[in-house]
Amino acid sequence: MLRYSLKRLLSLVISLAVASLVIFAVIEVAPGDPASFMLGMNAQPETLAALRSELGLDVSKPERYLAWIGGMLTGDFGTSYTYRTPVAEMVTQRLWVSLPLALYALTLSTLIAFPAGIYAAARRGRAGDIGVMGATQLGVAVPNFWFAMMLVLLFAIKLRWFSAGGFAGWQDGPWPALRSLTLPAVALALPQAAILARVMRSALLDVLGEDFIRTARAKGLTARQALWRHGLRNAMIPVLTIIGLQFSFLLAGGIIIEQVFYLPGLGRLIFQSISARDLIVVESVTMLLVFAVIFVNFAVDLAYAAVDPRLRART
Amino acid sequence: MNRNLIFGGALSAIFIAAALISFVWTPYTYTGMNIPDRLLPPGGAHLLGTDHFGRDILSLIMVGARTSIAVALVAVGIGISLGVPLGLWAAARRGSLVDEIIMRGNDLVFAFPSLVIAILITAVFGAGAINAIIAIGIFNIPVFARITRGAALSLWEREFILAARVAGKSAARISFEHILPNVTNLLIVQGTIQFSLGILAEAGLSYVGLGAQPPTPSWGRMLADAQTMVSIAPHMALMPGFAIILTVLGLNLMGDGLRDYLDPRLRVARA
Repeated sequence: MLRYSLKRLLSLVISLAVASLVIFAVIEVAPGDPASFMLGMNAQPETLAALRSELGLDVSKPERYLAWIGGMLTGDFGTSYTYRTPVAEMVTQRLWVSLPLALYALTLSTLIAFPAGIYAAARRGRAGDIGVMGATQLGVAVPNFWFAMMLVLLFAIKLRWFSAGGFAGWQDGPWPALRSLTLPAVALALPQAAILARVMRSALLDVLGEDFIRTARAKGLTARQALWRHGLRNAMIPVLTIIGLQFSFLLAGGIIIEQVFYLPGLGRLIFQSISARDLIVVESVTMLLVFAVIFVNFAVDLAYAAVDPRLRART
Repeated sequence: MNRNLIFGGALSAIFIAAALISFVWTPYTYTGMNIPDRLLPPGGAHLLGTDHFGRDILSLIMVGARTSIAVALVAVGIGISLGVPLGLWAAARRGSLVDEIIMRGNDLVFAFPSLVIAILITAVFGAGAINAIIAIGIFNIPVFARITRGAALSLWEREFILAARVAGKSAARISFEHILPNVTNLLIVQGTIQFSLGILAEAGLSYVGLGAQPPTPSWGRMLADAQTMVSIAPHMALMPGFAIILTVLGLNLMGDGLRDYLDPRLRVARA
């Protein structure tokens, strides 16, 4: 297990290093000088040079890269060109929206997918199974931002149960905040639930064909008892992997949904920074999201290996 | 032929036909504004209604299909033309440093949150259909590389490949003459799936303003226009949404159907 963990850790570090180089390179080739953008067209050359020096833009590219990475490692993500506030502070504020949104959506997706997947597997080939599978086909075909608009139309405009956008904040307790995250979370959860239900169903069907289920049935368990007592637990491994992947996807994937609902999360921060050419924010937030995805994948791999000894032996 | 293949194929064919017909005919001109006819509900002279500029939504959807299909198709093309040779190469040199580098490179691209990077690429290099194609295409490369390598690895152990090696054929010739034809079915199925994902991704990028630029119609752009109008003219959001859903559904069903149809083991099981 230790050898496997070290190998995965090394691969995590290499992935992060390459990812940071790619992100830095993409941002470097971006046209437009942040200092000129901030000062406008009539800026004096001396003022421009002073600002470039203040922002650390007057040193060589390798030096800039090392300064950026060094800063990220110590929690200093730089200072926003536009707002003149530390990027770390902005990110923390935005995480209070994006992180609960991702968790909320993941909870909803799991609550929908588990019963649907189990129901379909238990009724394989029958009307219930075909119905659930048809619904999941539709679920993966629906663009989540379109579904979000439909939710706004029905629940915000027609029924007036929720607001059409914006975020109430956590200062008045959890309920107003959760209320403003409900429609975005439902919109994010639907396609994920469809994928998860399909994985749940096929994992269960794979397990139900195993010898130990036949043994359990031979010992007198009903099909339903065998499914609940033995099938479900064994089917959880692939399902948990997908849940892990979905969490990192939801954290980064909320980017468009945040636009639909005008939520002040990380996604909107990236968009606002792109249009303001606040490249240090774009760079650091993208790196953070990539880190989250790579790290969750790493954690899932380790968890997977911890519960499935065959995987450790193979590497 | 199975039901998925027929139904999915028919749905996909309708949208491809609509895109092709739009080159020579649309019910109305898609650029022409007609303010007196703005926000007309579906029915009457405008089958799917009109938008806030009085443009015919059916015409916009037909031309928008062109954008979606072109972007997704070229993005799949990028994935196949780079990913398949990489996968074949990795399989031919399995276990070597080349294989390791290609596969780790794949893992790396998979680790990136694709939407964020696509947004980054289009934002940095400028919004537009070409950059959207590149952004979507990049993420197709590892998909095809991985699937090709996986299938090719098992083929390399087969007798007919051994015979080709004994006959003195190089690894490159074997890869293209014997391995490639045997993984084509798999690539067709995966290509269909990536095509549908490409349509969803293009719609998402266009929706946030990073895909095709006005006046080129695109389904995502139509949804973005519809957002502020959704309370007074819901059809502006419903129609392009249905177009996306039906196309993606059609392609996914066709992918499932093709997998069943092209997999000889399943065919034997059915017979």
